[in-house]
Amino acid sequence: MLDINKVKERIESLKKLPSLGRKSVKEILEENGFSRRDFLKWSGALAVSLGLPATFAPVVADAAEVSNRLPVVWLHLAECTGCSESLLRTDTPTIDDLIFNYISLEYHDTIMAAAGWQAEENFEEALKKFKGRYVLCVEGGVPTKDGGDFLTIGPDAETGLSKLKRTAKDAAAIIAVGTCSSFGGIQAAYPNPTGAKGIHKVLNKQVINVPGCPPSAKNIVGTIVYVILFGQLPAVDNFNRPKFAYGMRIHDLCERRGHFDAGEFVEEFGSQEAMDGFCLYKKGCKGPYTFNNCSRERFNQHTSWPVQAGHGCIGCSEPDFWDSMAPYEEPLANHKFESINADATADKIGITILTLAGVAVAAHVAISAIKPPKE
Amino acid sequence: MAKRVVIDPITRIEGHLRVEVVLDENNVIKDAYSSATLWRGIEVILKGRDPRDAGFMTQRICGVCTFSHYRAGIIAVEDALGINPPLNAQLVRTLLNMALFFHDHIVHFYQLHGLDWVDIISALSADPKKASEEAFKYVPKGYEPIATGADALAEVQKRVKAFAAKGDLGPFKNGYWGHPTMKFTPEQNLIALSHYLKTLEMQRIAAQAMAIFGGKNPHPQSLTVGGVTCIMDLQDPSRLAEYMTKFKELADYVNRAYYADIVMAANAYGNEPSVVQANNLGNYLAYKEFQTGADSWLFDASGYIENHDLSKFYGIDESKIAEDVTHSWYKDTGFLKPYDGETNPEYTGYVDGKSINGEGKEVDAKVVNEKGKYSWIKSPRYNKEPMEVGPLACIAVNYAKGNKKVKKVVDEFLTQTGLPAKELFTTLGRTAARMLQAKVIADYGMEAFNNLIENLKVDQTTVAPYEIDKNKEYKGRFIGEAPRGMLSHWCRIKNGVIENWQAVVPSTWNAGPVDGNGKKGAYEVNLIGMKLADPSKPLEVIRNIHSYDPCIACAVHVMDVKGKKLGEFKVDPLYGSCGV
Repeated sequence: MLDINKVKERIESLKKLPSLGRKSVKEILEENGFSRRDFLKWSGALAVSLGLPATFAPVVADAAEVSNRLPVVWLHLAECTGCSESLLRTDTPTIDDLIFNYISLEYHDTIMAAAGWQAEENFEEALKKFKGRYVLCVEGGVPTKDGGDFLTIGPDAETGLSKLKRTAKDAAAIIAVGTCSSFGGIQAAYPNPTGAKGIHKVLNKQVINVPGCPPSAKNIVGTIVYVILFGQLPAVDNFNRPKFAYGMRIHDLCERRGHFDAGEFVEEFGSQEAMDGFCLYKKGCKGPYTFNNCSRERFNQHTSWPVQAGHGCIGCSEPDFWDSMAPYEEPLANHKFESINADATADKIGITILTLAGVAVAAHVAISAIKPPKE
Repeated sequence: MAKRVVIDPITRIEGHLRVEVVLDENNVIKDAYSSATLWRGIEVILKGRDPRDAGFMTQRICGVCTFSHYRAGIIAVEDALGINPPLNAQLVRTLLNMALFFHDHIVHFYQLHGLDWVDIISALSADPKKASEEAFKYVPKGYEPIATGADALAEVQKRVKAFAAKGDLGPFKNGYWGHPTMKFTPEQNLIALSHYLKTLEMQRIAAQAMAIFGGKNPHPQSLTVGGVTCIMDLQDPSRLAEYMTKFKELADYVNRAYYADIVMAANAYGNEPSVVQANNLGNYLAYKEFQTGADSWLFDASGYIENHDLSKFYGIDESKIAEDVTHSWYKDTGFLKPYDGETNPEYTGYVDGKSINGEGKEVDAKVVNEKGKYSWIKSPRYNKEPMEVGPLACIAVNYAKGNKKVKKVVDEFLTQTGLPAKELFTTLGRTAARMLQAKVIADYGMEAFNNLIENLKVDQTTVAPYEIDKNKEYKGRFIGEAPRGMLSHWCRIKNGVIENWQAVVPSTWNAGPVDGNGKKGAYEVNLIGMKLADPSKPLEVIRNIHSYDPCIACAVHVMDVKGKKLGEFKVDPLYGSCGV
């Protein structure tokens, strides 16, 4: 049970911390033409998307106001910068942008003005000045083979592995942004030539995973706000993903779900069935196996999402999805499954659907029997 | 005694890059080294995979040019299998690509490159009213400025002033404010700063424009081997209108802000030696891009020019592309063509040396092994010669070929700025060419959209059928332009799976190390001769390197060893790797 009084206590204690020297979020918003009312509305919406009761809205607002006390260090390891790009696109844009900018972003090598020695100076200073208080966000997997030589950063050619461990040591919280830092990602796919890993594999501290390739900005910002609210990480599933975002399958709220239940499937891209918006399961959609909020939140200010654009989900927020979900345009049933639990179920489902489209409803029951990961 | 400056990390780029420059006693660069410091090995991971999956994996090479490698991975396979996608699909791909270029180019100029030109602190002392009037000077004929009204500028100034007054600049901390090569007046800085903030808003619109037919951005997901999957969106007039509206908004912004600010930069920086120093490498290579109809292209030139000579255009011979790894962290092979690449990582690291640090003192540092291997990037060459690729190459090669659209846009720009054509071949010109490329798209890109509408009236096809014969061997390639320049992907398919994959990427062409014949790539050779005002703050180098828009994750994915086939899959979607 959430205890609102504990949260309030937490916020009071944050308020007592010395400020980083900037104005509160509320003041910044007001300067930019947002009223207190706009702000509360946003807080309410965010509380709902975090899965909190409505009574928490004012508390969310309070929490956002003290977010100026939260320095953030953002490390890039083995990655493609897609997660940072995703963050640039933030949903409910202007306000989220301000929140993000307002969190004191001490080091982020895609955005920061300084380079080289000046950049490294900012980094070392942040670690010292905000020791034990900064949130570490990590984008990218960590190469570990051959001592981590596949990535070095800085004039002393420190490995990414060493830099990660050093930065994690005094972090107040660690957030793995994206599938690469959560689970290793593309570079960790078979045969994983650089020994890339999710960062939790090399750290002996708790890491919250916000996977997705890339994850939506809402999931990233929501996680950070949660850390401020509770002074701890949000409720997570067994892959340490926040439940407010990863608590349901893509399939559960899919707009094509009715067609799945009715046994109406796209057999070929570009066909009449595709034009009619039938279910993409037979074209490889991994929505039934993938826990994320894409079907609810969509992307780019709700513009679209892959299933709306006629392509199945590829399962990008699941561990090892590059290997376990391939081929991406075939149902999982086309593979042999060795594991005894979920895999056997998935196998059966796939075969059922492939051979007997008419009994798809039964298949649906079977898919629904796959329980969300245990808490 | 030569001094060395190590710059690592080069920030405000995609990926991990180090640049080292060696200075003489007058702080003039005598030699330069470019070293990529991350390797991910994506091609080896592609081996043994279903060819239909390749595009999704190559896409993850880069989240910035998030569409380029996706499309390249899909088209390379289509080329191998002999598939000719329907016109609808080809034009939709153009629509996505135009959204990408808009996004990439404006974010590059303002968010990444901008802080090399724009002194934020100086903007605080500007007179907003004066700046507002000045903004009218730089827009192209027929346009008015945007986000530069006196009210808007005063607001921006107030906001940043309040931010700076608190003494904690966050991501702007420790920038090169007040550097002697910063040339904008306070008013000009304020105009550009206002656009810096406005671009944050515009880039979301560009991303939405891609998501309409792409499903999302970054990493769209509506391409499939044979065509596109967004058939429902193409049937929906409101979706088409949505794209059209966003395109026009972006095109408008390119003209009213991006074009104008480059004209302003040409005006202010025209006499700054580090910015108008002539490029030492005079070869430029580009490929046709932006299909706008059954047989029409916005940039229709596939070829190169030599020695900065805009009067001679040479067509491309694809078989002359080869890569060398003499100074790259791979086992030596000599020059190899992409289809036959053979590479094994061989990391030898950096060596002990000295560098000027941020306080101007000489301190211990790790430095490149000049005689040995020093980068994860290979050295691609055309006919054994280094080539610069990128928007500058695209503009120059199309100009040389006589592309009317390009000639018009370039000539108007040169007239308005008073710059001679040779000034295109400089840091300033490279940055200007990126804008000119965006302007050609802005001014003429709707052709693709209009032709799509015409075609949809008579043809609903979005995907071409195909089969993969497991008993046949295939090979195919994609060549085209990414925002950073000419990109090619080369694949072989055998037994129904990927046998070999290689990408030759824009930043590989530009950022690669010296080759076995002693010829240096664009990054390294073009820095030579540049004088630094203050070696402890090497802004001139950073500005020059940013002018290429480095994308290092793109440049260093390359590997094609004879790896094991992907014979088995570990399928464990729910209880996978987390050890829970």
